[in-house]
Amino acid sequence: MTTKTQAETVTKPSETMQIVIVGHVDHGKSTLLGRLYADTGSLPEGKIEKVQAICRQQGKEFEYAFLFDAFLEEQEQGITIDTARTFFIWNSRQYIIIDAPGHKEFLKNMVSGAARAEAALLLIDALEGVKEQSRKHGYLLSMLGVKQVTVVVNKMDLVSYRQDVFAGIEKEYREFLSQFKVVPAQVIPVSAKFGENIATRSTRMPWYKGPTVLDALGLFKKETASTEQALRFPVQDVYKFDARRIIAGRITAGHVKVGDRLVFSPSNKTAVVQTIEAFNIEPSPTEARAGQSVGVTLDEQIFIERGEIASRRDDIPLVSSTLRANLFWLGQTPLARGRKYLLRLATQEVDCEVAAIHRIVDTADLGHQEGGQTVGKNQVAEVTFRTKAPIAFDLSSISEITGRFVVVDEYDIAGGGIITELVRDEQEFLRDEARKRDFAWIKGEVGIEARAQHYGHRAAIVLLTGGEHTGKSFLARKLESLLVAEGRHAYLLDGENLRRGLDADMGETDATETARRYGEVARLLIDTGLIVISTTNPFGQAYRQALPSIRTLVNPAPVIAVHMSKADEELPPNTDLHFAGPKNFDEAAKQIIEELKRKGVLAQAVGVRPTFQYSI
Amino acid sequence: MKHLRQLEDQSVYILREAYKNFDNLAMLWSMGKDSTVLLWLARKAFFGHVPFPLLHVDTSYKIPAMIEYRDRLAAEWRLNLVVGQNKEALAAGMNHEKGRVTCCTALKTMGLKNLVAEKGYTGIILGVRADEEGTRAKERYFSPRDKHGDWDFRDQPPELWDQFKTAFPPGTHIRIHPLLDWTEINIWEYIKLENIPFIDLYLDKGTGMRYRSLGCAPCTFPIKSTAKTVDEIIEELRHTNVAERSGRAQDEGRGMELLRKDGYM
Repeated sequence: MTTKTQAETVTKPSETMQIVIVGHVDHGKSTLLGRLYADTGSLPEGKIEKVQAICRQQGKEFEYAFLFDAFLEEQEQGITIDTARTFFIWNSRQYIIIDAPGHKEFLKNMVSGAARAEAALLLIDALEGVKEQSRKHGYLLSMLGVKQVTVVVNKMDLVSYRQDVFAGIEKEYREFLSQFKVVPAQVIPVSAKFGENIATRSTRMPWYKGPTVLDALGLFKKETASTEQALRFPVQDVYKFDARRIIAGRITAGHVKVGDRLVFSPSNKTAVVQTIEAFNIEPSPTEARAGQSVGVTLDEQIFIERGEIASRRDDIPLVSSTLRANLFWLGQTPLARGRKYLLRLATQEVDCEVAAIHRIVDTADLGHQEGGQTVGKNQVAEVTFRTKAPIAFDLSSISEITGRFVVVDEYDIAGGGIITELVRDEQEFLRDEARKRDFAWIKGEVGIEARAQHYGHRAAIVLLTGGEHTGKSFLARKLESLLVAEGRHAYLLDGENLRRGLDADMGETDATETARRYGEVARLLIDTGLIVISTTNPFGQAYRQALPSIRTLVNPAPVIAVHMSKADEELPPNTDLHFAGPKNFDEAAKQIIEELKRKGVLAQAVGVRPTFQYSI
Repeated sequence: MKHLRQLEDQSVYILREAYKNFDNLAMLWSMGKDSTVLLWLARKAFFGHVPFPLLHVDTSYKIPAMIEYRDRLAAEWRLNLVVGQNKEALAAGMNHEKGRVTCCTALKTMGLKNLVAEKGYTGIILGVRADEEGTRAKERYFSPRDKHGDWDFRDQPPELWDQFKTAFPPGTHIRIHPLLDWTEINIWEYIKLENIPFIDLYLDKGTGMRYRSLGCAPCTFPIKSTAKTVDEIIEELRHTNVAERSGRAQDEGRGMELLRKDGYM
């Protein structure tokens, strides 16, 4: 066997590619990796000698697998504990090779490693054949978005390099992968231990005509960022370090140019890209594309927050509070209905809960088990999530990065999902109305930002909810007086006034239309820069049905939801403050004012220039 | 160049995530090539500004030229520089002769831990790279440290799809590693591409020797090299099989594993 050396073959690396090695425990991932480096002369000087010395010291045989096991514990147990990244240059390409452990309990490490890979080598032991982890890893690679997979059938030395054994494994595994439409790039018979078909062609398997593992790496295609797709630019942050107000973020799909009109979802705000900002780049760029972390300034000073997704108007993302997904769960505590989680999608973060667990997928044979109350550790399932507030997203088949999310349980990421379906929630119709209305909205000369500067506060709506005789009207009046006395611009919107005027043409019972009209009136008043104080009086006992409609129509203005009740009761979703039983109304009004400050509607002190959560 | 811009885009994304999610954030700056590239990337991410303090854990044994360079850039780039030092250990006479791991633990690990505790930082940005040595190859971009600043490499949280660990219990902190995917060559290629000022200790100035990795004077040794420019460094690295940190005494044996488990950078 000839050994190529690094120095002979190195040319300037023009691209980087991340490759993950996955497979069942003990199928030889670390050995393959060690062999690949050794046979291409890619190891640092003295590395083999150092590891050999440690082996002698511990009285055991040297194995190539030990080369990348950095921790004492890994070498002693002969297992890879955590994903390791190694670097390797071959034929003008720099590879970052991620060695992902195959033990069941380390699936989260495999997922962490594979999720950032562009291609995968999946190992199967020729003697043991296709195992549970071989299947699970294959299935997860497809869920994680790794599209290029080469299957490596290792330990051919243990089956006397027999072609029929290899062919059987190849057939079985190809059939498995085809069930979720994955076609392997190559299937290669190797012996990592003896270096057969790793960096050099095996003479023991003349029946195999395909590429070696080293060749297969070179055959992986560099994934190009999806610049041809519809633009998706999730807002990461808004900076105001100097005179510029910069919207920062990473473009996940498509491209953007100076002069493009952007729509931000789910707020439906729009503005035109004025500049693309960059540090130490002359001249300033005029366009940016998928994959780039950029910053843009806009022609209008609209309020935008982290989490919104910018797109072009003719191709906006989906918006809903309900979505269906394929999910894998890694948490110690099972995913359960009724428990609260945080859902993170691109830069959006929203509270969520599981609305339904449709079925658990057995990744070993892709069989299904219907229903269930929980999804256990390392299980895959089809689940519907309901978020506390509507979010913008795509189906993962349409736009990959904005089509997937993670679920955070307490402090840790505990699961990941890819979105398969938009579930229309009951707000779909009104949301569409609001979007069309906002896109076509004719603005005056005075913008929302100018109004906020002039008034010293942002526009918002305080929604007082609760049953009859709970003191809503009384508190609303108190709050209005207090705010106006402080010099704020507040107005009490009483539904009774609409009923006798705007709604005079309607029957008593059309609660849906009453809510729609109420919401649109509130929206108009908010556009004038007012803090609108409203009660749900006109809806009587049906106020819980009216609330989501009002919220949809006033979006994206801040809503401060205050619930009042005589005794403890279940609160409407997204309630900010709750007052139960006998109340001190002055104290309650003060608490609402504090909440207005906390939400950045009011500045911390009267007369001071408002310091909003994000800069103006 | 394209691969450098890809690395840059990822690092900038990580830095911005760190800035958005951590109220009390700081970046470690040792004045070496890596953390200086990191500092430059922060200026990229925040459009010429560095909106958090830069920490230097001063062991008092650094090479004097490094301190000069530190103060010059801090003034030029208007940096908020915070210098920490384990004065008690130094007063008690700590030096490398007491044992390299002992000295590193006292002056660097403890120096950093004390600074983190004193200032209450919840996020620390560091310039470690996966290709430097084995334990760093197993790091996450966002890596939690417990109440004692220790690292539990056996049970690291999952990290996928650029969603990082940004929530943590009180008393713990997160180490943030934006340079994890960069190699030593990438660092020099980027220094050249962006024309980043670096300490000339990395160059041979006629003695046939240069530093490849910078640390404390007593424990860092120059290597034989005639590289007098960044181009020559890059050329040299393309043809070497010698590990980058071979001039760093603390890496001998299991030094780095033991140090890093206890919270070393």
